Amino acid sequence: MAGIDQSRIRNFCIIAHIDHGKSTLADRIIEKTGLLTSREMQDQVLDNMDLERERGITIKAQACRIIYNAKDGQEYILNMIDTPGHVDFNYEVSRSLAACDGAVLVVDSTQGVEAQTVGNVYLAMEHDLEIFPVLNKIDLPSAHPEEVKQEIEDIIGIEAEDAPEISAKTGQNVEEVLEDIVKKIPAPDGDPKAPLKALIFDSVYDAYKGVIISVRIRDGSVKPGDRIRLMATGAEEEVVEVGYFGAGQMIPCDELTTGMVGYITASIKRIQDTRVGDTVTNADRPCDEALPGYKKVQPMVYCGLYTEDPTKYPDLRDALEKLELNDASLFYEPETSAALGFGFRCGFLGLLHLEIVTERLEREYDLDLITTAPGVVYKVHKTNGEVIELTNPSNLPDPAEIDYMEEPIVKAEIMVTKDYVGAIMQLCEERRGEYQNMEYLEANRALLTYHMPLNEIIYDFFDALKSRSHGYASLDYEMLGYQRSELVKLDILVNREPVDALSFIVFADSAYERGRKMCEKLKDEIPRQLFDIPVQAAIGSKVIARETVKALRKDVLAKCYGGDISRKKKLLEKQKEGKKRMRQFGNVEIPKEAFLNVLKLDEQ
Amino acid sequence: MEVYIHIPFCVRKCAYCDFLSFAADDELKSRYMDALVTEIRDFPHDPPVSAESVYIGGGTPSILPAEQIAGIMDAVREVFILDADAEISMEANPGTVTEEKLRVYRDSGINRLSFGCQSADDEELKALGRIHTWEQFTESFALARKAGFTNLNIDLMSGLPGQTEASWEKSLRSAAALSPEHISAYSLILEKGTPMYDRYDAQAALLEKGISEAELRKKISADRYLPDEETERRMYDRTAEILSEYGFRQYEISNYAKEGYACRHNIGYWTGVPYVGVGLGASSYMKTTRYRNTSDMALYLRDSSLGRKWESLNEKDLMAEFVILGLRMTEGFSRGEFLHRFGRDIDRVYGSVIDRYVKLGLLEEKNGRIRLTRQGISVSNTVMEDFLP
Repeated sequence: MAGIDQSRIRNFCIIAHIDHGKSTLADRIIEKTGLLTSREMQDQVLDNMDLERERGITIKAQACRIIYNAKDGQEYILNMIDTPGHVDFNYEVSRSLAACDGAVLVVDSTQGVEAQTVGNVYLAMEHDLEIFPVLNKIDLPSAHPEEVKQEIEDIIGIEAEDAPEISAKTGQNVEEVLEDIVKKIPAPDGDPKAPLKALIFDSVYDAYKGVIISVRIRDGSVKPGDRIRLMATGAEEEVVEVGYFGAGQMIPCDELTTGMVGYITASIKRIQDTRVGDTVTNADRPCDEALPGYKKVQPMVYCGLYTEDPTKYPDLRDALEKLELNDASLFYEPETSAALGFGFRCGFLGLLHLEIVTERLEREYDLDLITTAPGVVYKVHKTNGEVIELTNPSNLPDPAEIDYMEEPIVKAEIMVTKDYVGAIMQLCEERRGEYQNMEYLEANRALLTYHMPLNEIIYDFFDALKSRSHGYASLDYEMLGYQRSELVKLDILVNREPVDALSFIVFADSAYERGRKMCEKLKDEIPRQLFDIPVQAAIGSKVIARETVKALRKDVLAKCYGGDISRKKKLLEKQKEGKKRMRQFGNVEIPKEAFLNVLKLDEQ
Repeated sequence: MEVYIHIPFCVRKCAYCDFLSFAADDELKSRYMDALVTEIRDFPHDPPVSAESVYIGGGTPSILPAEQIAGIMDAVREVFILDADAEISMEANPGTVTEEKLRVYRDSGINRLSFGCQSADDEELKALGRIHTWEQFTESFALARKAGFTNLNIDLMSGLPGQTEASWEKSLRSAAALSPEHISAYSLILEKGTPMYDRYDAQAALLEKGISEAELRKKISADRYLPDEETERRMYDRTAEILSEYGFRQYEISNYAKEGYACRHNIGYWTGVPYVGVGLGASSYMKTTRYRNTSDMALYLRDSSLGRKWESLNEKDLMAEFVILGLRMTEGFSRGEFLHRFGRDIDRVYGSVIDRYVKLGLLEEKNGRIRLTRQGISVSNTVMEDFLP
């Protein structure tokens, strides 16, 4: 593939609100360029994780190289980089954008501009990308492209007059998008003669090839046999293979030249050596300075992850290490719980991120996990002036040492149809939301803005939102900062012993209600034993809610003669089997499921 | 050896009953009797086998013509050598016996009758789906005495829908006042597949959490309520107290008898005496094997040995059964007997379990016998399961 003309390369991404048809458009583009025949197309070829396909959302950034014969008679190389649509994955969007020169903004012509559309556009603008809009779902009867074009110009402020009106589903007018990519997105700049300077925008671990890093070549070139240096860690390795991304597979080539997007394998064994955002250069002829990389996002939601089977702990550690490699926003550190054994305290960008990571761990690494109650990062100001960032409720200092605490506040934007505005406003008030604004985007749709503690959102806000709006509300939030708040640590005690895995930090006024619910739930989950078991919620030494698992008082007395003996034994055996599945906790036996069920957020 | 004979017929199935029994016509009954007699005769009896007890249970054996019962007894005698003082029991239901029938029973050698009475309260009897009233029962009971039976049992049931402590006490006193030799008092068990289960399972599920009847009434609206656990426990405690006033002594979790009238046949089950069960679905036990006859009537009529389910018991099973069954009796089981039977000191097998429950006050040891305490009886399942292998 030597002699690629830099001026005929286009590196672009597609950005969109969730469900606006980004992945479908990507599929059509691949199809149109003839890289794959229609028959070979599986729906959404770029999403190669099972999970992504099932949920219909894109989690991991993926790249794909395609050949396009444009109307000007020239052949162009298009590197398409897919980006996640959900706000939790802004970080991933950001690193994908860094590898691009332009972005195709897909807007659903039946829905118009959504909260995330705006967010993603701003991100793209921060990376100086050339952006042009495309109106999708034009085949639907409810499409109103003219109004949506106006909306794009009014709200986002980019020109949309001659935006292609397409249907990614039917393939209608997708040609126009390809032509616009060639015409509107600039060819990559960069000096082919200069020393190698390449940006790592992704990396994955492959059992056969080791670590595979995805790069965008800014200057120079790289080929097998070159010695490369990873500038952040200083690790040096010899390049084994370079190549580009076909649809769902990697295709080796001789050399990656300036402007190209592709991958490098270099017998890198330690996955910790590759950092997304790092710069790759030639060890023998290094460049002067590294690329700026991009900002590391701080995790916003924390929880403990444990394996149901305690002997699987090392497997969880290995899985997290591998996952971290291509999900740099994932944070984890070992922790121990008296109730659950060895595990990790993990940090996530948001709840969806948490859910996806746990699902990937369970599915791709075949682990059965117990997740402790999610919490946010609190700032604890101690009387001695020290400030602690608290991610695990167990580490809360003695109340006497605490001056005051702060909790993270987010700006929550809730899109809701007119009929449910009242219900949702009420919900926001209940969750300590501070009303900021309400704006009707259309006659029937309002955008509510509230400032709200993140703590309230991660509890069961999504479920409440869904049920109170009958599904007609969507939530987007972004971090605003910290705010002083009356917070307490709520402990759950079983038989007067605190169960560390169930402790959480909560707004003082909500403590009673939350404590009561936890106790009620736990009471139902713990089987009756030979003695009364108090289940209590306590703040410090003060018990605020209590339930009792009553002691067994009397077994039903069945007769037991000749023919009943086998049956009686089976009954006792079954009972004994149930006991084996329990965790001994002090004197009390608690079934493993009890933890799972109590910690489950979605069950009200 | 003990002999059990199962008669799977009854006038009408009761609402709580999941035993192997049903209403049947005369033709089926007589074919069944033929198959039953054949099964008895097929039992290997060379050399002859002696038996210390016979128990004819059901169903309702007393709905059969008395001559058929006599026929069964003849067959039993052909095969087994009955001890001179053998206990020969038969179950009977009120309303199915006549003076004439009772006389034939006695002549055939039956010397103990067990009446399924269940309650002295006609409303409770109706709720159970019983076919008789209390008065009908007392008539049948008097007939039995008149026919010369000197060993009579009355079955009673606690934990019935709508039952109160007072009504239970009344049932106990009414039955005891008739001066039977033996009283069995069971809890009602809701068995899946019975009308009673369908009607009361929701209540039972809530009560299982330990809630009171008052709380139950708030959650479910019904005509009758099951007694809560506390009430049942009090009913149970009262049973022993009341019956002792009438000269009954409790000798097993659910059984009370006057001096010398404990049911030997049943004690045999709890002390590991081998038994042969004949008839549909009957179980037999010998040394290290237990088997159960088919429950399929058509199959049984073709050949009683078809479709038998075998269970072989290793030493661990046998030890567990010895303890679990032994603990049913108020006297418990003897250490010496365990040593004698298994050649091992019980502490080497169950030392830590026994220790734990003795400390919790659920087991006690006295004169080399280990038994459940009063409190232990209430939670006997929890204790017993820990003796399983």
